[in-house]
Amino acid sequence: MNLLFTGVGGQGTILTTKLLSNALAEQGYDVKMSEIHGMSQRGGTVLTQLKYGGKVYAPNICPGEADYVIAFEKAEAIRAIPWLKPGGTVVYDDREILPMPVLLGKAEYPGEISDSRYQIADMRLIHVPAYKIASELGSARDQNIVMLGAIAKLLGTEVAIPSKFNAAAYQAGGTYIETNS
Amino acid sequence: MNKSILSGDESVARGAWEAGVAIAAAYPGTPSTEILENLARYKEDIYATWANNEKVAVEIALGGSIGGLRALAAMKHVGVNAAADPIFTAGYTGVNGGLVIVSADDPGCYSSQNEQDNRLYARHAKLAMLEPSDSQECLDYIKAAYEISEKFDLVVLFRMTTRVCHSKSLVTTGERRGAAPKLYEAKPEKYAMLPVNAKRRHIAVEENLAALEEFAYYSDLNRRENGNGSVGVICSGMAYQHCREAFPEGTAFLKLGITYPVSRKLVEEFVKGYGQVYVVDEGEPYLADTVLSYAASNVGATHLASPGCGEIIPLTFLQGELDADKIRFALPRGNPGEASLAPTGVSNVPARPPVLCAGCPHRGFYYAMSKRKKELVAVGDIGCYSLGVSAPFNGFDIAICMGSGFSIPIGLSKALEAQGDSRRVFGILGDSTFFHSGFNSLVDAVHQNANICLVVLDNSITAMTGHQQNAGTERNLMGYEVPKISIEHMILATGLAPERLIRVDPLDLTSMTRAIDSGIANSGVTVIVTQRPCALIVRSTTRAVIDGDKCVGCRVCSRAACPALAFDAKQRKAYIADPDNCNNCGLCASLCKTNAIGTEVKQ
Repeated sequence: MNLLFTGVGGQGTILTTKLLSNALAEQGYDVKMSEIHGMSQRGGTVLTQLKYGGKVYAPNICPGEADYVIAFEKAEAIRAIPWLKPGGTVVYDDREILPMPVLLGKAEYPGEISDSRYQIADMRLIHVPAYKIASELGSARDQNIVMLGAIAKLLGTEVAIPSKFNAAAYQAGGTYIETNS
Repeated sequence: MNKSILSGDESVARGAWEAGVAIAAAYPGTPSTEILENLARYKEDIYATWANNEKVAVEIALGGSIGGLRALAAMKHVGVNAAADPIFTAGYTGVNGGLVIVSADDPGCYSSQNEQDNRLYARHAKLAMLEPSDSQECLDYIKAAYEISEKFDLVVLFRMTTRVCHSKSLVTTGERRGAAPKLYEAKPEKYAMLPVNAKRRHIAVEENLAALEEFAYYSDLNRRENGNGSVGVICSGMAYQHCREAFPEGTAFLKLGITYPVSRKLVEEFVKGYGQVYVVDEGEPYLADTVLSYAASNVGATHLASPGCGEIIPLTFLQGELDADKIRFALPRGNPGEASLAPTGVSNVPARPPVLCAGCPHRGFYYAMSKRKKELVAVGDIGCYSLGVSAPFNGFDIAICMGSGFSIPIGLSKALEAQGDSRRVFGILGDSTFFHSGFNSLVDAVHQNANICLVVLDNSITAMTGHQQNAGTERNLMGYEVPKISIEHMILATGLAPERLIRVDPLDLTSMTRAIDSGIANSGVTVIVTQRPCALIVRSTTRAVIDGDKCVGCRVCSRAACPALAFDAKQRKAYIADPDNCNNCGLCASLCKTNAIGTEVKQ
């Protein structure tokens, strides 16, 4: 199973991937996770990749190999679509974080992800308003934990949330998937 | 025995600790930084320290090794260039306690100014070289590296790449080897590299490398995976993992862990066994050249198809990071993968380049300087402030390597003067880069009385790599209080006239602009030190808020290019788009002509 997480630096993409990786490893899977950080800490796109199964070689996936794209931001969701397999699923938050070229008026923020120009064969779209849910629970920063709850539910797995993170946010993510699918 | 998911960097640190390493030094640099950060967690057992630059780091480690401790120095690939001087001579001296130098290369330039392949250093500097391909190998190989270093009296180059450093996989960890340090004995014939001794050491190191090549034939760090067809692959490091995905089941592999010296006997035996042998390199054709030279010198025939052995086919991926698809494309009847599926609209999604953070103090400097662009030419350096190169500030034209921001201006100013260009040359670097090598350049600038303005953007931390301590901080890597070195005292120690040193808060635009104007007007050297901590260290309890009634939609605030500030094109109003990250630096408010930007307490 190949998962690609994408977001904007500071959204907690890497932490989410780590928590899920640990959970899958404890369940006995071979797990490899890849993160590229550095410049991307400074508000750039952050991509992390998680592969698990019987035996995993390369820690990174190639375009067209992802079963799931999990996106914390709408433009990044669209940007990551080429990583999907035909029939793959995009789990996304439609929160918009405007990139600098848009803030400067030099480029336009993309429209809806359901636009035909963004589709690949049999692509499945699942919207999770994680930022909104986290804000309603009192801490917008827990957007990533809501997303983790959602993706764990979709994968049919459970992630033990360390006590310093918001377990209610995790539960809310799972509940959202249950009640909206 | 414990299994955990660790990154390559974490595994190197864990393995070094298990191997009994007692001293470690580094200069931070992506993707190597986490090695020392993790070693510092074992501060009861290991003296772990940041050094001012990679050369100093290697010399600290070498001193520890000669003194009898197992020692480690870590750096990014370009750091090895800075450290090459001691490394090449340490190649001759060999070691007392084992010495490993970790080079973290960056194919794909994720966060670097080049993508040099440091495997080429091993042969040049006469270092043994090991290349891990996942986290377990990072741990196992670093332990083996210390055995090799001490057994063969060689310095070991431990060559990683970004994908090895920053990928996590399952690792079985062990316990620390308790070993007393080797005694220090004076051996000038081994460690005092004057010509008479160096000549003899050169002979010794060649013998030691030859002995290691013999050892490599038997070592399980080199692994042969037999196949059932006529195709074999020779590879190392992360390229091995990509090859395992790209080549069909049944392909044979010679997966090299010891990549200098490469065992000739091992290669010859493998090559004879298969009709086609691919030699795959991510970066320079390092393994390809080695294998081809072995084959050519052996049979005296054309190196591409040697009688008696298989056809040898180099697959060299000089540019960019390797992945399985690139290998698939390169193979005959290659599978083009699924990349052609990219839907049409995606290419129009606007880029999201990394930017100066909201509240970054560097923004004030770049904004003020951008207003004087016609009167100056700026040279940048390596650090967060290199992000000022982008629009709208277009902060500098040149950035080469650590410290060069203060020395390139010396030469550049001479060139502009020679062609009657009266613009003042500015040099820009940060506090950590000043300590790294910027100070050397400053000494020359003052000594030569160059007509330039040099700016230290002092945010009190090594910020770009994630907030590492440096000589200007009050605590060190291990958390202990240490003497804080004053940048201003260092600058004045050059003999620079005190009135030529201007200290300024970069977010005070009036003072900042006045300082830049002085730098433009003065002949000789002017030094500006901007002083304000990184916005990610000192978080404001207040944030900006925009009064929509007062905002006239002039967009002058957007010239601050702050990621927390946006403009609603429909309403024609500016607004704070990311209130969590606004640090209330006041720059947008000071630009606003209608006083529409105030502050409020963060909830």
